[in-house]
Amino acid sequence: MTEPFNEGTPTPLEAVEGLKTGPEASLWSDAWRQLRRRPMFIISAFLVVLMMLIALFPGLFNFSGYDPRDCPLAVDGVPNVRLGPSAEHWFGTDLLGCDYYARVIYGARVSISIGIIVTVFSTLVSLVFGSIAGYYGGFIDTFIARITDVVFAIPVILGGILILSLFRQRGILLVSVVLIVLGWPTMLRLARSSVLSVKENEYVDAARALGASNFRIIRRHILPNSLAPVIVYATITVGVIISAEAALSFLGVGLQLPAISWGLMLAAAQNRLRTDPHLLLFPGLFLSITVFAFILLGDALRDALDPRLR
Amino acid sequence: MATDQIFKKDSIGERPLDPQAPLLSVEDLHVEFRMGVGTVQAVNGLSYGLDRHETLAILGESGSGKSVNAQAVMGIIDTPPGYITQGSVKFRGVELLDLPETQRRSVRGERIAMIFQDALTALNPVFSVGWQIAEMFRIHRGLSKKEGFEKAIELMERARIPLARERVNSYPHEFSGGMRQRVMIAMALSLDPDILIADEPTTALDVTVQAQIMELLRELQQETGMGLILITHDLGVIAEVADNVVVMYAGREVETGEINEVYHHPAHPYTIGLMDSIPRPDLHTERLEPIVGQPPDLMHIPSGCPFHPRCRYRKDRCVTEVPSLASVDGDRLSACHYWEEVMRERAHK
Repeated sequence: MTEPFNEGTPTPLEAVEGLKTGPEASLWSDAWRQLRRRPMFIISAFLVVLMMLIALFPGLFNFSGYDPRDCPLAVDGVPNVRLGPSAEHWFGTDLLGCDYYARVIYGARVSISIGIIVTVFSTLVSLVFGSIAGYYGGFIDTFIARITDVVFAIPVILGGILILSLFRQRGILLVSVVLIVLGWPTMLRLARSSVLSVKENEYVDAARALGASNFRIIRRHILPNSLAPVIVYATITVGVIISAEAALSFLGVGLQLPAISWGLMLAAAQNRLRTDPHLLLFPGLFLSITVFAFILLGDALRDALDPRLR
Repeated sequence: MATDQIFKKDSIGERPLDPQAPLLSVEDLHVEFRMGVGTVQAVNGLSYGLDRHETLAILGESGSGKSVNAQAVMGIIDTPPGYITQGSVKFRGVELLDLPETQRRSVRGERIAMIFQDALTALNPVFSVGWQIAEMFRIHRGLSKKEGFEKAIELMERARIPLARERVNSYPHEFSGGMRQRVMIAMALSLDPDILIADEPTTALDVTVQAQIMELLRELQQETGMGLILITHDLGVIAEVADNVVVMYAGREVETGEINEVYHHPAHPYTIGLMDSIPRPDLHTERLEPIVGQPPDLMHIPSGCPFHPRCRYRKDRCVTEVPSLASVDGDRLSACHYWEEVMRERAHK
């Protein structure tokens, strides 16, 4: 009943059918091919890259050439404060006579660095402990899960206000650390659940049956396959953290002057909304565009990386 | 392959291998899974042996404990919930069950390798097949990336994958089912194991491809002399290639012996049931006779002979007394109180 049709050699048909000499098609290259054609990805990626460049090289984008910290209250006897947008000062000037365009451009660095520092570290923490919890299970999983639950129960903004108000000097580092401490649980849960689902795959058993160690299984089989949702969420997290930093600075418990940050600019402008709306508009616009770009990018990545949505 | 064969140590850890001892011997193996709702007795006293060049088929329906047995031999049962409560698994006389995990791991892949039912899910989707095979050589043999890829191509050719050189960088999903299983076989054979356990290697494949894969396994076995354990529920698959067979039911072996003997003169009602439930062109039977009833619930294995609720030959004794394996003829064993009657009746039919 199972008479071999063909002694030893496979049928030529199967060879032809299965043959593909086109470009390699891994999950990532496949996703990239998809992404390239999506306007949503192109727009969001463009905005993200632009904002990153502004953060890295603000000097290149400071076309007006004003120093954001050189703020004359008056120029040639004419008051220089709270001017509206003009050809001279594109975004006008602020309460102290600083060029607002220069300040908004320089403000990108703080917001984006906090967003990226916090995201990178939360992602690392989540991946390491999420894979340990998900892979080994048992006591260690329960232990990590309980700690996660405790931290998860603290609202980020409320916890941030509480912790940050204990400090007099608050720089980028402190704000980042506080946001990392409060922000990792969601990502860890995601990483853990992703690891749990990947762990059930037969290739994990197969790897073990061929002599792979636990570390190797996690590194080569579990992590690469559970990375996609974490990366998507991390991208969105950058946007969320940027707005959290702005919120904390706005509330007066985040960064402090003389730091240049969108949140601080918004805080300074809050009482001037009726008289000088431009003070609120420009940093608000940049903040919104940046947050929007990261969240949109996350969405685009999710669509491309999640096979179920294809 | 024989020319550049890596010389393997003649011991596992501190324990020397005994070349006279059987390649693999499993004795009185018991495996249970302790779940919240109760304990599943997956394997209940299984024994068998395997030698070089030998192909042993382990036959049984779903839930008969045949795959769990393989996992126990490989040492990849998840504990908890799975526990090996009794028994022994010896490789060339070395007890594997009480080896520390690091030494146990050195047995996997090097001495005993395993291939799985569904080769799509048994290959990591994010790495190319060549990378995955090459990794075996990079980790276990310390080869460079380039050398590893050369070995991968060599192995893919040995597994009769056409255009291996062109396809070494392809990803698992770019291969057909049969080709994927060949990749899996190539990977399993990369360290030249002494034993290959194939857990339903052809179940997910087309019939024609099934035959090709079985043929490939047979040829590779002839080349290397490895012992082959074929786990399957498909009688047709094993009839061609196996030397001996162990028929399992409810985690026990109910019949064992030389394949043709068991195939043509079954000595256990369950084996008879299996034979009658497959189409056999040589016997011209009018209809197929399925085995009545349901496979046993392994949390509540029936008393006495576990097969008695479904057995046509059942007598009172079967309900109360567990049958032990009786010798039908030399190594031919049957766990039926009434195997003589069963065989006699079968012969008159």
